Amino acid sequence: MTTSVGAGRTGVEVRLEGLERHYGATRALDGLDLTLQPGELVALLGPSGCGKTTALRILAGLDEPTVGRVVVGGKDVTNVPANQRDMGMVFQAYSLFPHLTAQDNVEFGLRLRKVDRSRRAARAREMLELVGLAHQADRYATELSGGQQQRVALARALAIEPSVLLLDEPLSALDAKVRVQLRDEIRRVQLEVGTTTLFVTHDQEEALAMADRVGVMSQGTLQQLDTPQELYAHPANPFVADFVGLMNRVPAQVSGGRARVLGADVATLDGSLADGTGVALVRPEHLTVTPDEQGPAEVVDVQFSGAVSRVRLRTGAAGDGAEGAELVAQLSGSRLRGLEPGTRATLGLDVDRVLVTGA
Amino acid sequence: MTRGRSPQRAARRRLTVFRAVVLGLVGLFFLVPLVSMLDFSTRSLRTGGRTGAAWAKLVTDPLLSGAIVTSVVLAVLTVVLMVVLLVPTMIWVRLRVPWAARPLEFLCLLPLTVPPLVIVVGLKNVVLWLNYLLGDTPYILALLYVVLVLPYAYRALDAGLSAIDVTTLAEAARSLGAGWATVIVRVVVPNLTTALLSAAFISIALVLGEFTFASLLNYDTLQVAINLQSKSDAQESIAASLASILFAAVLLVILSVVSGGRRRRSATAAVRTTAVTTGTPAPTTPASAGRKRR
Repeated sequence: MTTSVGAGRTGVEVRLEGLERHYGATRALDGLDLTLQPGELVALLGPSGCGKTTALRILAGLDEPTVGRVVVGGKDVTNVPANQRDMGMVFQAYSLFPHLTAQDNVEFGLRLRKVDRSRRAARAREMLELVGLAHQADRYATELSGGQQQRVALARALAIEPSVLLLDEPLSALDAKVRVQLRDEIRRVQLEVGTTTLFVTHDQEEALAMADRVGVMSQGTLQQLDTPQELYAHPANPFVADFVGLMNRVPAQVSGGRARVLGADVATLDGSLADGTGVALVRPEHLTVTPDEQGPAEVVDVQFSGAVSRVRLRTGAAGDGAEGAELVAQLSGSRLRGLEPGTRATLGLDVDRVLVTGA
Repeated sequence: MTRGRSPQRAARRRLTVFRAVVLGLVGLFFLVPLVSMLDFSTRSLRTGGRTGAAWAKLVTDPLLSGAIVTSVVLAVLTVVLMVVLLVPTMIWVRLRVPWAARPLEFLCLLPLTVPPLVIVVGLKNVVLWLNYLLGDTPYILALLYVVLVLPYAYRALDAGLSAIDVTTLAEAARSLGAGWATVIVRVVVPNLTTALLSAAFISIALVLGEFTFASLLNYDTLQVAINLQSKSDAQESIAASLASILFAAVLLVILSVVSGGRRRRSATAAVRTTAVTTGTPAPTTPASAGRKRR
């Protein structure tokens, strides 16, 4: 076999420079700068309409930027048509060619590149093995499940040894169990072949689990680009904090660079917040709940879900402006003891993990 | 339980009987004229026995055999023109100029609203020009027939295009390195075979049955010849009519077999897929295991 997966291949650097895409008066992209390191998997995460798919389609050549450049491996490809960009793509919609078998689908790109028959077949086999579907090679798309179809699509995209792999929400049409399986599978394959990859998703769990770095997008711009750990622990702004993981928004009293949140004393990050009312962002797992007859909070609801459970609470008077706020705490099973709807409790706070912003 | 089931069974039996009766009546409605035509065209008027003379004349009579050839060639020409004109246009509109979809549909369905007589009268002068440019040949009719079959062919192809996700397939093919021509020829058209076949067969049937255009423009196509012949030799014209009906029926049977075969394939496929454990990774093959170790 002359070609071997990932043999001596390293990914290329991809740079999106000042991308803008205008549709009439609306701006799907409004100045996006993004650099993907060679071999890196970057996920673009954001609500629908935030411009993440537009960015991917511009990188693929399926859409054109109004302003800005696309640089792949040091070469400006902004004006190169899609079919000459050498990029593998997996789509949200099932995209296998219905008149071809899985094998022929994977061979399609190689056939266009005039690879001779035996090498083509061998390469396609190898790719199907990589995604664990070698035994289904002679099946048509209609004979494969959704998850299998997306695997074949991945094999097809990788068969041409693309410089960049583009994944446009490839998992969102699948059911939950298959989605998690395929998610891990795609990451494994991507690490194995080492292709620079851009992954677009609206599912924060997917992005955090798969990506080397996650870019959170909103209204056509990048809000934050960081490793999943950093993103989760230190969101740059309230939008990121809100979008990545569940966040409690608790009213806080700011004075002199410190804030009082649920009766605790918290440092504000930049110390530049004006005195007055602010908002503290608290993750459910950074809250502790202790049953207490005289406690200021009341348990509203307990949602048991295996190892960790969610407790909804309503805060009472504590002199910090947080009266009547609804909070969600995430507790492990043993901490749940004694908590049921109506129980009064005191709330604890992991003060190092709280982000305080202006109201 | 048995008490509950027997009225159901009776109802089902009544339904089956009802269906059989309806099917039988409709069958008779179609079959009686056909059988009568066969009977009449093979009757020997002198001896009272059976004869194939009228049918033999389909080949030997120069007027009729010439007309058959003309009509068949016209049908083929029309189909070729229709495919060349319509298929790339419709795919292109879907992929690149979606705003033109409605105007195109309107344009293609327009001939349906204009009576053939009006079209012919309107086109008479155009045909004169065509005669002047291309010579006086009946094959000029193919240019008019393309307009005539446009609504039906458009509908068939539109249904076919709607059944596949053309945009995604095209984008997938382009990302794999296909140019627009390759996208159309190697990706979209192969997935339109059923629609193409039905568009073609409908066109053939229409052209073989067309009378108004040909008659008013004085060309001897099959239907015109049948009409002429019926005045001199009724048996022969009936034989020709029956032959053209049977030919159209055969086309339709072929069409339903072809599309039915496709459906069956995907149906059995669906059954088979349910047996396959969905989404579970295949047992690791030696090759991929080797890669993992590296």
